[in-house]
Amino acid sequence: MKERTSEKILLIISFSAIISLLLITIFIFVQGMPLIFKVGLKNFFSTHWAPTKGNFGILSMIVGSLLVTFGALIIGVPLSLACSIFLAEFAPPPVQKILKPIIELLAGIPSVVYGFIGIVILVPLIRNTLGGSGFSVLTASIILGIMILPTIVSISYDSLVAVPQTYREGSYALGATKWQTVLMVLFPSARSGIIAAIILGMGRAIGETMAVIMIAGNALKIPGSILDPVRTITSTIALELGYSTGDHRAALFACGSILFIIIVLLNIIAIKIARRE
Amino acid sequence: MKFRIGPRTSQIIAYILLLICTIFVISILIFIIGFVFKNGFASLTWNFLTQKTKAMGKEGGVFPSIIGTLMVTLFAIIVATPLGLGSALYLTEYTKGGVIRRVISFGADCLAGVPSIIFGLFGFIFFVIALKLGWSIISGGLTLAVMILPTIIRTSEEAIKAVPKAYREISYSLGVGKIDTIIKIVLPSAFPGILTGIILGIGRAVSETAAVIFTAGSSLNIPSSLFSSTRTLAVHFYILAREGISMPKAYGTATVLIISILLINFIAYRLMHRFIARYY
Repeated sequence: MKERTSEKILLIISFSAIISLLLITIFIFVQGMPLIFKVGLKNFFSTHWAPTKGNFGILSMIVGSLLVTFGALIIGVPLSLACSIFLAEFAPPPVQKILKPIIELLAGIPSVVYGFIGIVILVPLIRNTLGGSGFSVLTASIILGIMILPTIVSISYDSLVAVPQTYREGSYALGATKWQTVLMVLFPSARSGIIAAIILGMGRAIGETMAVIMIAGNALKIPGSILDPVRTITSTIALELGYSTGDHRAALFACGSILFIIIVLLNIIAIKIARRE
Repeated sequence: MKFRIGPRTSQIIAYILLLICTIFVISILIFIIGFVFKNGFASLTWNFLTQKTKAMGKEGGVFPSIIGTLMVTLFAIIVATPLGLGSALYLTEYTKGGVIRRVISFGADCLAGVPSIIFGLFGFIFFVIALKLGWSIISGGLTLAVMILPTIIRTSEEAIKAVPKAYREISYSLGVGKIDTIIKIVLPSAFPGILTGIILGIGRAVSETAAVIFTAGSSLNIPSSLFSSTRTLAVHFYILAREGISMPKAYGTATVLIISILLINFIAYRLMHRFIARYY
């Protein structure tokens, strides 16, 4: 009796995560989706955003989100892959032992701190050297690129270390150098872990809100150059949710729905790839 | 004649390039923390930690935000721990593959990837408006609880899995039932690992901004009940920095925030290591 009751209780509890996920999906979509159908896809995917006057075009924000995320990946991925390869294969064990935990500790720095560093260091630097206001696609890409470093380094390091030692020894026995072994043996074997790491980093970048608001300039148009200001989907939600009402608020939830769809798709791809090992 | 770089040379070039990238990555991250500390330590006085916030943050300290952060985080942990631990127990002790396991794992994995602004939107419409809890510690705490649930599920699951099968078998052979074995044998053995998950959850909750600003609000009063609105340290820092209210106070708040996070993550890391040393 006691056994069966406790099993039932645990079963019910164990659905908490999936129920939360369903509640989140339902509440956000029920708030947002009707507006998309009400105003039509043409209005919703235009570039004209004036939610108090009936224009709900979020195209420039989608472009903004994709631009800064892509920029962050260009900056963050090569650096973090290089760092994880060095730590996993080239660094002497004591160095590994010190640096890996340091990088993991740094993964906890709050994103607002990155945004703040953007405001006080990077924005003036870009304004004075490259011109423009300094609040730009470039600034946001660099800060997001730095922000995703610890995530990607730590996960791809783990997948490199997980490659069996015999693979390396086989490659060395054939006369390959360490670097050749990395390129021809380790990369292909750890590929799915590395791709999953990159997708998780991408998810972090596209979902980041507060840091981006602080440095991207939040202008409502498709940027013409990387020095132009930009506004992302997440920034719009956070900037306007506080004072929005009626259709305007529904439009923000519609933005949330679009973001949610993008993120869930990314996650499913990441989970599929990671499970393939 | 075609010029080719030999394998030895490319090995050396690769080594140097990778070394430069690694040094660059580590120094950027260390620089960020060092820069904040350098500018923040001047503001970091006893009064700063214990005084009320005055003039929207231009003067005074961050005491209300420290209390607010503690209360919201504590509330989140109290809600998320039983749910996360229970899920992990069911996953490890009661399921052997199958649909239920896949559904639960999928839920936890997907929830882990949801960005914090989505939690903010959900918490706002569900806890603040639909359940009429208003901008409050409860709304903020519940939202954060949902956010850190996957962290706690995953870490507890790993910790429980690491407890050797033999422990359970010995207990069963003595005639102890399943749930008693879990309570008296499995949970105590997995405790440090479970605690690691909880501490990592605390770290995420403390550093969160987007999910709490729309659920706990941004009141600067010291909260008098669980229904009071409050402004956590991360939110306070965001407002100080974005609205340019006071740079010295912003640096000071950031320093408090970073020191707490580093400390929290360091403790989690040490615990995890001791746990791993015990079972692997």
